[in-house]
Amino acid sequence: MPEVTVTVDGVAYEEEVEPRLLLVHLLRDRLGRTGTPIGCDTGNCGSCTVLLDGRSAKSCSVLAVQADGSDVVTVEGLASGGDLHPMQRAFHEEHALQCGYCTPGMIMAAIDLLRDDPDPSEEAVRRGLEGNLCRCTGYCTIVRAVRRGARAMSGGRDAGPGGEAGGEAAGGPAGGEAAGEPAGEGVAAP
Amino acid sequence: MIPAPFDYVRPASLDEACRVLGEAGDGDGDGEVKALAGGQSLLPLLRLRLAYPSVLVDLGRLEELRGVHDRGDHVFIGALTTHDEVLRSPVVREHAPLVALATATVADPAVRHRGTFGGSLAHADPAGDLPAVALALDCVLVTASGAGGREIPAAGFFTGYLETALEPGEVLTGVKVPKLGDGWGFHYEKFHRTAQAWAVVGVAAAVRIDAGAVAQARIGLTNMGPAPVRARAVETALRGVTPPAAGAGGGHDPVKDACAWADEGTSPPTDLHARPDYRRHLARVLTHRAVRAALP
Repeated sequence: MPEVTVTVDGVAYEEEVEPRLLLVHLLRDRLGRTGTPIGCDTGNCGSCTVLLDGRSAKSCSVLAVQADGSDVVTVEGLASGGDLHPMQRAFHEEHALQCGYCTPGMIMAAIDLLRDDPDPSEEAVRRGLEGNLCRCTGYCTIVRAVRRGARAMSGGRDAGPGGEAGGEAAGGPAGGEAAGEPAGEGVAAP
Repeated sequence: MIPAPFDYVRPASLDEACRVLGEAGDGDGDGEVKALAGGQSLLPLLRLRLAYPSVLVDLGRLEELRGVHDRGDHVFIGALTTHDEVLRSPVVREHAPLVALATATVADPAVRHRGTFGGSLAHADPAGDLPAVALALDCVLVTASGAGGREIPAAGFFTGYLETALEPGEVLTGVKVPKLGDGWGFHYEKFHRTAQAWAVVGVAAAVRIDAGAVAQARIGLTNMGPAPVRARAVETALRGVTPPAAGAGGGHDPVKDACAWADEGTSPPTDLHARPDYRRHLARVLTHRAVRAALP
């Protein structure tokens, strides 16, 4: 059987795998990273989204052998000690989940989005999360959470292990942006 | 579901890839050898066991198949260039903007990080967006094989449902995308019911205007038959037509008349999203929209 070397949430693993083993099954069944759920059998739902070499990927649509030599970050690799990643906290604070099944994928896709667009508009968030389905919230709270998380990350607050994702925005006009928010959007600063 | 078992080969060179792919012969994905690029179309098929190759040949590490190059009269896009890389390429944006426009509608960001330009064409899904673009731009598909390789015009590449002109042991290495010269306009019009869904119908249009009239039109149709097709009847009907001035109002529109031929010669499928008659209607409406938007 092929042997693969992967780094998952900062830990290096060497595993013998069947070629047909999907990355998501490697993560869940072999490495115990059950924080990444499987939501569908068609590559549509996005709940299994992880960062694969820094970019979002649906881990149900990647073979473990394809990930050989890669760096994988799952939702379980975001928090630093007991401190949630700013994007995780934003989802909590904005009540951006009900059943929570889509949440890990939403958070990973959101962090990926911020690499290109550290201060995304509502439209940009909706486009960026196009590949992630939520059947509970109606998305409004998720969009608010992503924008709140973006502001927290660009403000340099709580730079956790994923803090580099918004690093390009460091020193950006976080205060000015917050002032430009529509009424009722809430204030990011605690 | 879990894919059926298969043997996995990851060639280190293009020669090796051609040899392995030639050994058992490429089939319809049923118990034969299949090439794997980004896997964003193939892996869902494997999981649903709609395909069960006995050997999967992973081309993913063939770096020479990756990248975008400006080559004078055309842009060369390596087959393994991801959709995301295509979208980030200044060369594509400047010289192949129709490719960028259509690629931005492919699936979603996570899929675009993995899925490849060449993979989309070689997979030849009639609902895929890029085959219609390759047809409308008269792209040329470049291959390698033990026999040396070929250059296949897009018009001769898509031969049937998920079938192409690629022979056993032949690998798509890249695509020549001709640059549109002066006077050309373009558009990709896609109709789908939900975000990230496949096109119910899509239309890629490239139109050249000379002295106020249509000198040349090339229209590619997505999901209007088992293979992506050119709307030749529209192309013929558009020739010489003078488009009405923008805002001319409700008078006779010869462009719309020409686009009414969009479903001529097609055999659109029935599925959960649409019946053939509805697809025919969509083809006519969307072709009109695409051509209007394409008029330079």
